[in-house]
Amino acid sequence: MKKIWDVHGGIHPPENKSQSLSKAIVTAPIAPQLTLPLSQHIGAPAKAIVNIGDSVLKGQCIAEAVGPVSVPLHAPTSGTIVAIEQRTIPHASGLEDNCIVIESNGNDEWRERHPIADFRSLDKNMLIDIIRNAGISGMGGAGFPTSVKLDTRDDIAIDTLVLNATECEPYITADHSLMREYADDIATGVAILAKIIKPTKILFGIEDNKLDVVEGITAALAEHDFNTLTGLKTEAEVITFPTKYPSGGEKQLIQILTGKEVPSGGLPAELGIVCQNIGTAVAIKNAVCLDEPLISRITTVTGDAVNQPCNYEVLLGTPVEFLLAQSDYQANKSSRLIMGGPMMGFAVANTAVPIIKTTNCILAPTEQELPTPPPAQACIRCGMCAEACPASLLPQQLYWFAQGKELDKLEEHNIADCIECGACSYVCPSNIPLVQYYRASKVEIQQRKVDHQNAELAKERFEARQERLQRLEDEKIAARKARQAAAKLAAEQRGKEDERSVAVQAAVERVKAKKSQTETSTIPTATPVDSDDLVARAVAKRAAQQAEDAANPESKLIRAVESAQQRVTKSQARVVDAEASQDPNLAILKQAAEKAEAKLVATQQALNDFKEQNSAQE
Amino acid sequence: MALMRITSPHAHNKQSTSDVMRLVLLATLPGVLALTLAFGWGTIINILLASLFGLGLEALALAARKRPIAFYLNDYSVLVTAVLLAIALPPYSPWWILLTGMFFSIIVAKQLYGGLGYNPFNPAMVGYVVLLISFPMQMTTWVAPIELLPASVSIPSLWDSLLIALGLLQLPAVDGFTMATPLDLVRQNNALMIDDLQQQYTQFGRWGGTGWEWASIAFLIGGLFLMYRKIFTWHAPISMLIALAFLSAVFYDGGSSASIGTPAFQLLTGAAIFGAFFIVTDPVSSAVSNKGRIIYGAGIGILIFTIRKWGNYPDSVAFAVLLMNFAAPLIDHYTQPATYGHSKKSK
Repeated sequence: MKKIWDVHGGIHPPENKSQSLSKAIVTAPIAPQLTLPLSQHIGAPAKAIVNIGDSVLKGQCIAEAVGPVSVPLHAPTSGTIVAIEQRTIPHASGLEDNCIVIESNGNDEWRERHPIADFRSLDKNMLIDIIRNAGISGMGGAGFPTSVKLDTRDDIAIDTLVLNATECEPYITADHSLMREYADDIATGVAILAKIIKPTKILFGIEDNKLDVVEGITAALAEHDFNTLTGLKTEAEVITFPTKYPSGGEKQLIQILTGKEVPSGGLPAELGIVCQNIGTAVAIKNAVCLDEPLISRITTVTGDAVNQPCNYEVLLGTPVEFLLAQSDYQANKSSRLIMGGPMMGFAVANTAVPIIKTTNCILAPTEQELPTPPPAQACIRCGMCAEACPASLLPQQLYWFAQGKELDKLEEHNIADCIECGACSYVCPSNIPLVQYYRASKVEIQQRKVDHQNAELAKERFEARQERLQRLEDEKIAARKARQAAAKLAAEQRGKEDERSVAVQAAVERVKAKKSQTETSTIPTATPVDSDDLVARAVAKRAAQQAEDAANPESKLIRAVESAQQRVTKSQARVVDAEASQDPNLAILKQAAEKAEAKLVATQQALNDFKEQNSAQE
Repeated sequence: MALMRITSPHAHNKQSTSDVMRLVLLATLPGVLALTLAFGWGTIINILLASLFGLGLEALALAARKRPIAFYLNDYSVLVTAVLLAIALPPYSPWWILLTGMFFSIIVAKQLYGGLGYNPFNPAMVGYVVLLISFPMQMTTWVAPIELLPASVSIPSLWDSLLIALGLLQLPAVDGFTMATPLDLVRQNNALMIDDLQQQYTQFGRWGGTGWEWASIAFLIGGLFLMYRKIFTWHAPISMLIALAFLSAVFYDGGSSASIGTPAFQLLTGAAIFGAFFIVTDPVSSAVSNKGRIIYGAGIGILIFTIRKWGNYPDSVAFAVLLMNFAAPLIDHYTQPATYGHSKKSK
């Protein structure tokens, strides 16, 4: 007998399993309409590839996987697509999601199938492809795509295959009845898994409340030569261990069977372990050997509100109410309807929601059976929750911090490692819905992370923008300075030219002045000057200009425009400088700039008017 | 019928906090019986009056805080506090002692902090310490065990006991009706060997104090019952008793005049056993993790011995518990258990 380990905590709720075990698995009839949510697994929802009105055959793919972490969906029976729309899905929040609705034609006609006589002829990649295309996701509860779990990276050596046949939740007997009646299929599924991941150890874990199936499973496993399948020395062993909730949690089962703890936030693969549910093993066998995709499953229907509790082999998409009717459901006795077990299952919104790939149980309890929880009393920190916690957390402390929204403290106390098994709430004498607090806090922590990331991103964006604006501003200033320097250079050059032209002009003026003196006396007389005397020269220049203006009024206006233009440029440059240096006179400078601009407009207007007049006269 | 929409888990083990409190009350019964047999009806009257005062004060406080009174009184926590304080007080305590004690227990130590579950200190011990400091005379006067009373002294009937507590009747003023407790005797002793002391004074019984030892054993039975019913784990009470026994053994000093007695004497006299199983185990004010509770319990054991041997008070469970209440958050900080997936071997 192999050594087994104990997990911390755990509880022993009433098992209530015998009710649904008295009968063999019943094949449920085909419901008139099947509703198939596109997201029955963890990962991206599948994408519908059929249209309303299409006829489909049983097993035909109706929605394809999107991306690597996703699985396709197949028609559970033959019929017509009557709707692709939002319907209430089995979800704790009663959400609606996209569903394909098939109206059965009652023929249950298969598409063409290509059974494979011997799966041993296929290699790992071919087998994983078959599993992926068959739409198989974990059937124990979470619904993680099986092919992803099996397609382990080459750098991680997997030496242990764990088969989870624990079924530790009260009431549920889907796996138990599967083992009773389909031991050979399970064993074949295990053999295919062994062929894929090539483990040296195969550990088949069963709680000791299901000892009646151990012999059958052991015999069925003995039919397979695992050494040949793996090419290694492989031992397969059925291991029983004491019944305790939640031994069937993947992490807990791994601890029980191997004594190892899956590192926080890590995967079993890091320990060289792959864990699969036995329902998944059967689905794999059907997919590989019979070419039948995942279109049905075993679901327990139980609880005191049904008169005939039993296990059904039921097509996916079957409405819960249809299945309940098969078990003589007493709606008036039922207080709530739970999909899954009483510990981790969720209350469904209505009876029309369909059975999906992860639905292992429909529990219809009466009020007496699972009474409405009384109002919560004060936490007295009795510590019963800490004694029950399989993750060795301190639920009473987490509760304290969750109430105070101390998210840092919650993270420090490893709330992320809570598997939400509900053992703490189960034992809490004050009836505090502890798990509910942790779920809410986890979401808050997640939200805070998202908010933080968004804030970081926004900050980065803002800083980048500031940087860009600064750079553009700097470039502008640099360009302006360059322009100013160039202008200055040009002005200097012009100044030299002016000097020369002034001399020439002065000569011209002198001539003109003499001439005008003789013609009219109203024009001020420009006296001849020494070319070295600048003042005299400027006066002369002005006089000459005036003289010219008198002769040609347009040139005066042009000059006015030019000088106004210069003032505008200057005042604007001053404003920009003032802005850059945050000069307190900024407002005044701006005003000046505006005035200069107005002046420019006015002079330009005057020039235009003059030109128009001229042209009109001509 | 509309389907109920609540989140998992849907199942519950059907044990309530009221059940827990009732079990604790039930578990005090053997001890109360033993105390009554040993010291008369005084303990019963203490319990009666303290419970009445407690319920009244709690109801007042709840009304002032606008909380549903019946709902909170129904948790039985006030009765537990009342019974524990009543047991700790000397039998035949006057009513005003009980009222003052319950006022500090219920109003100050519990309701002012937010009610059940929010009190950082053990309410009964807060009440007890306030009384011990304020009224040392009344608090250290213990009636003699009945078996040691002179034949001429008749023990007060239940009715007379009530009248005594209400101040309408005097305690019999005979010599020998009250006596120094065995813990007083060992503390004041500085001349006699322990063996000689025990022979000289009748207050010493077979292992502990006369009367005390059977009460302690009765409380032990009640405590073990609670442990069996998983109301608390062994960690805090056992580590407290071990710490106390260990230090008693180390400082037994061969029974010299400096010694304060054997480990058995230390455990079975005074409030050691009662404290270990009914006071130290108060979950609200103690450390939370099992490791933390070992440290917490050991701290109390060490403090009890320290005060008994070197302090000014003959018994010291209340002081020791309150001091460790202070330390509980610190202990919690350093004794967080390794969560699954965080242990060293898995890394």
